[in-house]
Amino acid sequence: MSPTGRELHALWSVVRRNFHLVRRYLGWELVFLFYNVINTLTIALIAFALPPADRDRTIIYLTIGALLWNFLSILFQEVASSVSWERWEGTIEYSFMAPIHRLTYLAGVCMYAVLYGVLRTIVILVAVALFFHIHLARADWLGAAMILAGSSLPFIGLGLIGAVLPLLSTERGAQATQVIQGVILLVSGIYYPISVLPGWIRWMSHLSPATYTLEAARRAILNGEGPLHLLPLTIKLFLSGLILVPLGLAVFQLAEHWAMRNGTLKRSG
Amino acid sequence: MDEGSVSPNAVAVEGQGLWKGFSTKKWVGTKRQVTRSYALKGVDLAVKRREILGILGPNGSGKSTLIRLMATLLIPDQGWLKVFGLDVIRDRQRVRRLINRVSVEASFFKKLTARENLAYAAGLYGVSNAKAQVEATRILASLGLQRDKLEVPLETLSRGQQQKIAIARALLTSPTLMLLDEPTTGLDPTSRRDVQEFVLNVRREHDSTMVLCTHDMAEAERLCDRIAIIHEGRIIAVGTPADLIASYASGGGLEDAFFHITGLDQERLRAEAEGDG
Ligand SMILES: Nc1ncnc2c1ncn2[C@@H]1O[C@H](COP(=O)(O)OP(=O)(O)OP(=O)(O)O)[C@@H](O)[C@H]1O
Ligand SMILES: [Mg+2]
Repeated sequence: MSPTGRELHALWSVVRRNFHLVRRYLGWELVFLFYNVINTLTIALIAFALPPADRDRTIIYLTIGALLWNFLSILFQEVASSVSWERWEGTIEYSFMAPIHRLTYLAGVCMYAVLYGVLRTIVILVAVALFFHIHLARADWLGAAMILAGSSLPFIGLGLIGAVLPLLSTERGAQATQVIQGVILLVSGIYYPISVLPGWIRWMSHLSPATYTLEAARRAILNGEGPLHLLPLTIKLFLSGLILVPLGLAVFQLAEHWAMRNGTLKRSG
Repeated sequence: MDEGSVSPNAVAVEGQGLWKGFSTKKWVGTKRQVTRSYALKGVDLAVKRREILGILGPNGSGKSTLIRLMATLLIPDQGWLKVFGLDVIRDRQRVRRLINRVSVEASFFKKLTARENLAYAAGLYGVSNAKAQVEATRILASLGLQRDKLEVPLETLSRGQQQKIAIARALLTSPTLMLLDEPTTGLDPTSRRDVQEFVLNVRREHDSTMVLCTHDMAEAERLCDRIAIIHEGRIIAVGTPADLIASYASGGGLEDAFFHITGLDQERLRAEAEGDG
């Protein structure tokens, strides 16, 4: 096998391993999916308390928030918890002493996260569409897809930075990733415009890639703005990804080196 | 030189002045105290090609830490370590291609089957999955594990059965240096014998060098060409089993030599004396 072939083979085996795990935890997967669907529906149902004139638009507004948050939080969580998961299983030393580039391992984790996130989001989208008989005639799907692709990168970058924390401290790290996720949820305007946030936290909204993703997705789907209009936002997202992903990788490698010095790769201690 | 090949005369493992410490934090009242204790305190070692070197030592003496340094999982505080002439820090990637490790705790995805775990391993080491499965089935048959055990989640297997799969997993990547950290702990006498036979076979048939940590004196005597005795982070004796017995326990066995070298016999005598008095 050529060196590149070997790395690709390894990348695929990380993706396959994770799908094997999904299959083994299928019961839980279904339960979580069920919960996600219900959660999305209950959020969208809030719109039915509004006067009929605002209803349709609000349903879509809220559904976009719920779906995107679902996708982005899966990306962040899968990438960020990959290390703590392997540590918990006791496989981390085995995976990390393999003769592959760390980039390959992490690319495998990210690729799985994207595939898995897309699959789950599609299921929820279908469920919501059936439930509400939504008409999305004005939507520009190409624009929405472009935004989704653009937002994946910065979230993978954030996930990588989140994944570093459990390398540094076993339990605190895993706790910290939850906190980060919570803050992103609060400041990114998932279910409300960021203008409703108190001034002292609103500045954080501008740092979260999710804010731009949501804004762009809403403009594409609600206003039918085409790719050309959304290009500046997409470029912004893409650029933030170009900064965050290499930053995440670099930080990850530093943290791994640190863990090898301090003996924190091990499951216990 | 091809990345995977090594010069035939190279020493398999060579290290000098290896120190490794770990910090532990604890709270005393409102103050955080960091204490640093050393697992290895200036270890020198050399393992010849095709040799099986045994490492014997009491619990906590630094055996696994030493293995982790060779496995590129830990970075020493001081000293250097080379595997087939390659530095474990600078040439980490190339070293990794030459080694594999079987650890005490079988590190598997426990919900996955052995086959799924082996597929993952094969992927990481650039072995084709089909070939890996055939090879693993063959290895496991010679270790006395039934085929159908490969198809069920690993958590349903006994510790010994899991350990056998860990050994097969390590072997199917044909490592030039095999690191065995208590591979037979928890195995029944027959299985232990199977594994030992197997280790000897692998050494005969393949061109591999092994470092073996164990608490089983008979196993050490049977498998190892030389034995290093480590105590409180220092290697305090090295030699063939016969040499060690001759120098430290003439008329006795390896166990007597071990107790003598680690000073545990003194402690035992003292304890017995106190018990009598
Ligand atoms: N990652 C770590 N973090 C903190 N301390 C550690 C770590 N690894 C080892 N130690 C400490 O280093 C010492 C040596 O541990 P090591 O695991 O090398 O012993 P060992 O000889 O393998 O023991 P055993 O026979 O019980 O397996 C112990 O005191 C242990 O607590
Ligand atoms: Mg040990």
